[in-house]
Amino acid sequence: MLARNWPVMLLSAALMIGLVLPLATKASPPGFYIEVLLGGLMAGVLYSLVAMGFALIFKASGVFNFAQGAMVLFAALAVARLAEQMPLAVAVVLAFVIMVVLAWLIERLVLRPLVNQEGVALLMATLGVTYFLDGFGQTLWGSDIYKIELGIAKEPVMILDNVFQGGILVNKEDFAAALVAALLVTALSVFFQKTSTGRALRAVADDHQAAQSIGIPLNRIWVIVWSIAGLVALVAGIMWGAKLGVQFSVSQVALKALPVVILGGFTSVNGAILGGLIIGVGEKMAEVFLGPVMVKMFDLAGGGIENWFAYVLALLFLLVRPEGLFGEKHIDRV
Amino acid sequence: MLYRENGQFKSSYAADLQMLPIAQDRWFVLVLVLFAFLAVPFLASDYLFLSILIPFLILTIAAIGLNLLVGYCGQISIGHAAFMAVGAYAAYNLVLRLPQLNFLIVLLLAGFIAAGVGMLFGIPSLRIKGLYLAVATLAAQFFIDWLFARVKWFTNHSTSGSVSTAPVELFGWIVDTPVEKYVFLLALLIVFTVLAKNLVRGHIGREWMAMRDMDVAAEVIGIRPVYAKLTAFAISAFYCGVAGALWGFVHLGSWEPLAFNLTLSLNLLFMIIIGGMGSLLGCYFGAAFIVILPILLDQAPLWLGVGISTATASHLAFMIFGALIVFFLIVEPHGLARLWAIGKEKLRLWPFPH
Repeated sequence: MLARNWPVMLLSAALMIGLVLPLATKASPPGFYIEVLLGGLMAGVLYSLVAMGFALIFKASGVFNFAQGAMVLFAALAVARLAEQMPLAVAVVLAFVIMVVLAWLIERLVLRPLVNQEGVALLMATLGVTYFLDGFGQTLWGSDIYKIELGIAKEPVMILDNVFQGGILVNKEDFAAALVAALLVTALSVFFQKTSTGRALRAVADDHQAAQSIGIPLNRIWVIVWSIAGLVALVAGIMWGAKLGVQFSVSQVALKALPVVILGGFTSVNGAILGGLIIGVGEKMAEVFLGPVMVKMFDLAGGGIENWFAYVLALLFLLVRPEGLFGEKHIDRV
Repeated sequence: MLYRENGQFKSSYAADLQMLPIAQDRWFVLVLVLFAFLAVPFLASDYLFLSILIPFLILTIAAIGLNLLVGYCGQISIGHAAFMAVGAYAAYNLVLRLPQLNFLIVLLLAGFIAAGVGMLFGIPSLRIKGLYLAVATLAAQFFIDWLFARVKWFTNHSTSGSVSTAPVELFGWIVDTPVEKYVFLLALLIVFTVLAKNLVRGHIGREWMAMRDMDVAAEVIGIRPVYAKLTAFAISAFYCGVAGALWGFVHLGSWEPLAFNLTLSLNLLFMIIIGGMGSLLGCYFGAAFIVILPILLDQAPLWLGVGISTATASHLAFMIFGALIVFFLIVEPHGLARLWAIGKEKLRLWPFPH
């Protein structure tokens, strides 16, 4: 697939070299290096989760859902506030119900009247939904910083301290997050491959008209897709909330998922996962190892490379391989 | 009854080419411009100038810039505030390092620098379009935000990262009172509107529109996509650069890093969507709408006598804003400019039904 595409090879090679350079030049102790790597992977899992929501909706309805970040915030707020009143499990289930209702409302009030509009208009509509959800979520649930307690020990655990000097500090919560994400992905792929609803979803993704002509109800499919995106947002929101607290910035950080879907390919769920991991690791590495070098070289007022690294990487990737890692080959000729 | 073009015949090429072919339109625009120049300075209060009229004038220039790219050339961008930032910081550094330059020249140079940056970030548009391009322009937004926040040279090593400017001086005229700022900006806006109008009805605007409507067909009839797209990016970024410099120097006076953030980009996009894509008049409507709406939403609870906290009010404003955008997209996807056109069409026949 990649064999004859030399710019892609070049870019991947540069990434690879960038990845091993700190270790090879002994710029960092191996234990610290692996910690950074793991930290990046964990951030990547969260990006992947948000990006999956994007990819699911884009695949099934051709809508570029800018509101995914707002949905993550909304879901996280719902869980955090409901969990104050009831056990966590009930709160999560209730939040899921809320997300389904939300999906139904979005389909009814926003998407259906706008059917057959061009992509830009739909993108704008989801921007409107973003603003609405940001405001609505904070009016309904409050706008302080909330904590979601998952009941997992927060203290980092030292592992492999006999292999490396200083060992590696890892967080149990992060591992739980990775595990849940893996479970979710597996469950979703089983759902997509094995159930009749999943098959209908894939049919709609392939061709709206053909799917409709064999009797698949488009509107119901869209509600289902948005509900699944809501579920993914819920999981992402819980992870994020448990790690960093639920606050408005969650909605903004989710914008990072855009370069992830570009990297992975707009329509590919697997691509979203891999892209998330690449970007998560890439930006952590860049921040930790490239950042200080750049600060020294260009006399900067602090690092912050991770704010744009993902976007610039996606931009470069777009230039050499516009369809992303796993996206469909077909892209309109420009 | 009054708005009839019966009997107005075009008997010369000049008449055929004029910008406002209907006599009533010409009179209307003339009266409007005279009103804006002669009456408004005496009627409006300082509050009206500073919080509504001045932002409105500057944002209209920026919206025109974005509309040239999105509405006329069909290339979407959600990073245009970045080009405003480029213009603002370019102007700041030019004034700082070359103090002898006239501000008008600074403005032009800031525009040209923004145009250069715009072309650079427009290069991806040669390979990708639509939503992919949206993400590419988002890269411009975040990268340029970071650049101006972190690279100390741009802010002249200011410790907080914020910069402040002296009032604009033009040939000995110091533009510092609200009325003076208003008149200065109004004159600039009129120049830029006329310029844009002539661009879009000239050959280059037709190339953009051909590109927007069907790129392959445009290429077949001999339009170079590279040229059409990059000029659109350059001119659009030029307008935004100038608007950014004005925003910094005339409206804000001093600004912090991230004054030109994603929210501003999105607001620009909302302006042209709500106003009407591919319409210069729409930029005016859209800018007015986006400037006035938040103020109205802030004031509304006071008028209604409802005692709600400021936080709740701002969240409600968010909600209403979002809902209105969706509402507009559903009810009138072609924006306020389309409503205006429908009104004019109705007026031509009024009071007779046919």
